[in-house]
Amino acid sequence: MKKQLMVAAIENGTVIDHIPAEKLFAVVNLLHLDRMKTAVTIGYNLPSEGMGTKSIIKMADKFFTDEELNQLAVICPNLTLCIIRDYEIVEKRTVCLPDELYSIVRCTNPKCITNNEPMHTHFHVDAQQHLKCHYCNTVIPLEDVKLVEKGNEN
Amino acid sequence: MQNPHHSVSIMEKKSLVTIADHSREKIEYLIQMAEEFERHPNRRILEGRVVATLFFEPSTRTRLSFETAANRLGARVIGFADPKVTSGTKGETLKDTIMMVSNYADIIVMRHYLEGAARYASEIAPVPIVNAGDGANQHPSQTMLDLYSIYKTQGRLDNLDIFLVGDLKYGRTVHSMLNAMYHFHPTFHFIAPEELAMPETYKTFCHEHGIRYVEHTDFDADVISGADILYMTRVQRERFTDLMEYERVKDRYLLKLPMLAKARPNMKILHPLPRVNEIEYSIDENPHAYYFEQARNGLYARQALLCDVLGITLEQVKNDKTIIE
Repeated sequence: MKKQLMVAAIENGTVIDHIPAEKLFAVVNLLHLDRMKTAVTIGYNLPSEGMGTKSIIKMADKFFTDEELNQLAVICPNLTLCIIRDYEIVEKRTVCLPDELYSIVRCTNPKCITNNEPMHTHFHVDAQQHLKCHYCNTVIPLEDVKLVEKGNEN
Repeated sequence: MQNPHHSVSIMEKKSLVTIADHSREKIEYLIQMAEEFERHPNRRILEGRVVATLFFEPSTRTRLSFETAANRLGARVIGFADPKVTSGTKGETLKDTIMMVSNYADIIVMRHYLEGAARYASEIAPVPIVNAGDGANQHPSQTMLDLYSIYKTQGRLDNLDIFLVGDLKYGRTVHSMLNAMYHFHPTFHFIAPEELAMPETYKTFCHEHGIRYVEHTDFDADVISGADILYMTRVQRERFTDLMEYERVKDRYLLKLPMLAKARPNMKILHPLPRVNEIEYSIDENPHAYYFEQARNGLYARQALLCDVLGITLEQVKNDKTIIE
């Protein structure tokens, strides 16, 4: 079968490939892509040999800080990103979970102050990749994490 | 005009949110300070200071204890005991209340029904915060008075056999006790119905910190004979999902006089109060009973905590010339 490029190449920017298909919109929200002024190409439910289906995001002229990108590890651990310059991949990076997470994750404890006051959330990440609420000490396994709803972050 | 103590408070601001923030040395230091206050509880060392007690959730014992501590040291006290009188009911945020009161007071003692409220308040307030309980989370002044009571009755904190009885699942005081005592090589004994057993996270904490513990389901004279401290808590009906289970176990964790027959001479019974029926009233006169003295120790422990967060040192307390004989 003839190989076909399903999403157009970009000259400069960042490509996030091999996103589990169902995680696409969480990634879009986390990176605030709706606020971007440059071209963003999004592929959803694309066929993937390794994953069955996958999603891909290509962001023209956009480069993130390590801190911004590492937040992605909360929803997609071990995600790989490509930095593109002049149509070439100049760097590949794997995201890793940061030690502290601010305004990314919602506390699951309804009696936590962060769910009752207009304020940021703050979690500490331990070696077992468990998240501990800085305020109420609730511990959340990574697989049970819920993200702060868009517009509610402070 | 600016609050005259603000510049000092900001410079030396050190809130008390959880006892887990304190080292062994710091706990011993605060115990020494509490001893000084027990010797001379009436002073003017906080004269000119204003202490705010903000009780977003009613707690008469804790509030009276803090207010007595402040009053006996010469401070003046403002605040509220009933959340219905605050603007919180009008939709004011905690932040706004804290920022407003910080303009008036040198220190805020705060009880709140939400967990993490004290940590948050300590981050935003320009004055020190003392956590007087935040939901099911932390209650460090209770822990401090428990430690002071253990120290006073046993003469030490190291290498004690501490028996925790009753509701070990939701009991805030017993969890804080684990956090604070791990510095002192205790052996804990957990005595609870299955439904209210010590949660796995705290047992993991014990493993990680090398704290020995034994679990019991029986509660009788033979078990009690191994205790230096018998820390009783209330088994509350509303904690049970299965009320049949409550009916089965509710009387199994009541302390009765004959159960003290084999107790060590130094053994003391503690209880954070209020008691409902978990300690038989006839025990009140027994030399092992210590829960009322324990409550009085709360006064001295809280005097120490208030002074410490206001930047007053043990040395200053020892050399205090404001003692009222």
